[in-house]
Amino acid sequence: MDANEPMHKADVDLTPAPAASPPGTVRADPEPPKRGLYASRVQVYPKKVTGRYRRLKWIALIALLTVYYVLPWVRWDRGPGAPDQAVLVDLAHERAYFFFIEIWAQEVYYLTGVLILAAVGLFLVTSLAGRIWCGYACPQTVWTDLFMWVERLIEGDRNKRIMLDRGPTTTKKVTKKVSKHAAWIAIAFLTGGAWIMYFIDAPTVVAEFFTGRSSVEVYFFVGLFTATTYLLAGWAREQVCTYMCPWPRFQSAMLDEDTLVVTYQKWRGEPRSPLHKGDDLSQRGHCVDCHQCVNVCPTGIDIRDGIQLECIGCGLCADACDTVMDKLNLPRGLIGFDTERRQEQRAKGRPLTYRLIRPRTILYAMLMVGVAGIMLFALLTRSSESLTVLHDRTLFVQLSDGSIRNGYTVRVLNKERQDRRFSLTVAEVEGAQLRVVGSDGDPAPAATLTGKPDGVSSYQVYVRVPRAALKGAETPIRFVLVDSVTGARTERNASFKGPAR
Amino acid sequence: MPTKAEKDALTGTELRDHEWDGIQELDTPLPKWWLYVFWAAVLWSAIYFVLYPSVPGISGYFKGVLGWSSRTQIEETLAEARKGQAKYLDRIRTTSLEDIRRDRALLTFAIAGGKASFAQNCLPCHGPGAVGRKGGYPSLADDAWLWGGTLAAIHKTLEVGIRAGTEDTRTNTMPTFGGPDGPLKPAQIDDVAEFVLSLTKRSTDAEAVTRGAKIYADQCAACHGKAGEGNQELGAPTLNDQIWLYGGNKTAIVAQITKPTMGVMPNWGGRLDAETLKMLTLYVHSLGGGK
Repeated sequence: MDANEPMHKADVDLTPAPAASPPGTVRADPEPPKRGLYASRVQVYPKKVTGRYRRLKWIALIALLTVYYVLPWVRWDRGPGAPDQAVLVDLAHERAYFFFIEIWAQEVYYLTGVLILAAVGLFLVTSLAGRIWCGYACPQTVWTDLFMWVERLIEGDRNKRIMLDRGPTTTKKVTKKVSKHAAWIAIAFLTGGAWIMYFIDAPTVVAEFFTGRSSVEVYFFVGLFTATTYLLAGWAREQVCTYMCPWPRFQSAMLDEDTLVVTYQKWRGEPRSPLHKGDDLSQRGHCVDCHQCVNVCPTGIDIRDGIQLECIGCGLCADACDTVMDKLNLPRGLIGFDTERRQEQRAKGRPLTYRLIRPRTILYAMLMVGVAGIMLFALLTRSSESLTVLHDRTLFVQLSDGSIRNGYTVRVLNKERQDRRFSLTVAEVEGAQLRVVGSDGDPAPAATLTGKPDGVSSYQVYVRVPRAALKGAETPIRFVLVDSVTGARTERNASFKGPAR
Repeated sequence: MPTKAEKDALTGTELRDHEWDGIQELDTPLPKWWLYVFWAAVLWSAIYFVLYPSVPGISGYFKGVLGWSSRTQIEETLAEARKGQAKYLDRIRTTSLEDIRRDRALLTFAIAGGKASFAQNCLPCHGPGAVGRKGGYPSLADDAWLWGGTLAAIHKTLEVGIRAGTEDTRTNTMPTFGGPDGPLKPAQIDDVAEFVLSLTKRSTDAEAVTRGAKIYADQCAACHGKAGEGNQELGAPTLNDQIWLYGGNKTAIVAQITKPTMGVMPNWGGRLDAETLKMLTLYVHSLGGGK
């Protein structure tokens, strides 16, 4: 295409063509569309395959599903009154537990940190080894894999499934279809049921669920996640990856010529043709066009067309091709994980180089270390109590002896599971006297506050200061909260208002 | 002027005729299920139209088969909230003020309820935060009280009011000392004012103080006390502190002796129910000056 042509064409498109046509005439479309706006789905029947990537996928599947189903049952003693589930997001009480870590609702930024870490980790892994998240660890892949395994157990491998679907409706077919969907729904129910256990104590929710004592919300969400698992892993499958998931769309920004991706050695495979008797494989392309790579692909693509949106990087086509290459006594790796640079080097017979350390991997690794460091620091230095001070809307009150009084709402947050006594004082101003509403006694230099266990205690505190000690309309002061037993100290700056000089 | 449909060399898919810096878009057809999801969403919205208030008319609107309305929902929520408050209100009605003050949960409820009622009934005169307004509306947040700052005294004041014109109201009168019929001459009033200033060590005329002291002892001490300490039984203000209802400078004091201004507070007993009066008492008491 000529380089100037696009500009020229754009100019033509901008001219108001319809206005130029005489009124009353219908503009005929010179080229009516030849095909439909909507495409029917092409059913994918992935064939069974064995090999090292398939083994990796099984290991990942078993490990991930074990974690998912078993984790809610792991117990972790936190003392009386606290849930003993190791991993629990207790929405009703606004707490999240992860083994020895307890997160309060206002500390949800730790979750943000984890999500940032996960995102950058995904970027790093993608820039190193392509879409192995998609191929091995994504829930969509893991459950689809599990569902396909069940499907193969009941309906048989690829050819049998195709024949079954094309064949007439027989008792055998109906039995197979019904048992397949029943098995799928059972797995989906277990999945949805396990999901709710991350939010409500697992033994409790199981006991309540089957005796009809759970809340409507619990039944709704178990039903919802059962339905989504069944639909996404049983029916939608590769359609989720191709059309619903945003990740494939921007993965190309993370891939470069040194990223490991599933590739086809075109220089070695072409020209491809089916194997005939007497073919000298050293004189022709090594690809025998057996279509095994296409048949095993869970998204139904031909990897020999090059890297494409639908490829989830699982490497099953590599397994299939390696099996064929072994039979033909040809070297493995006609299809395999390799970088674009190495493929080029192989094609030209140059020495192979692999650059693990590249600007983008350094950047992603540094970001990960940075975010992890900040999170670790925040986690290690967070205290088990905190103090917030809110000044009343009333600026100040003058008292009969001429001193000035300010009111504050003081909130003491106690993360420990026992009552704690604190002493509250005011620093940076002379002669401050404190009084807590609801407690008897005269104003004193220090007030005693109780922090209720695992909660926030709110107090109305009046502070009076002799007028001579004030620095005009606004005097900076500091509230100091000291644990009466441990001596742990928390401070909070505040402002004391008074009449302008 | 449509251009001829081109095909992408690599995929064989037709290209859209838009072009940006040499980049063209494949005209990939949407999957059919996507279209079905769209129609399902349309159907879903149609069901909503039938079930819920939807189509506007000239003098009303289609109310929906379910009969749902946000107004009814609010009324239900409010009724539920009132039901939730009822048990607290019952306890406040039957519990003494002192006992409520010692019950932290009940006190918290009472203060919140008192604050809401204060904003409706008292705030116009006593101001936001009850810090008072200029011109004789006293601050309820300081520690100076005309008629007493105990729970019982505050409750009584709220109930009967001050100069409210009823039989049992709290009332007193500061006599008019000036004017043609008044017992004191302007010079004498000036001397008394100097004496009153001396109670807070602000006098500049020792001789006037000596003269004023005698007049004060004769005319004022009966109510305001020998040292200006005031008398809450009579509602006589303290004169030896820093709180001045009508201003604390000499001009203001002279004016108040010559022709006094006296405020009125309505009697709230009978206008507000018993538990609201109690909650208001506890709220005012909690503002920092309660005795």
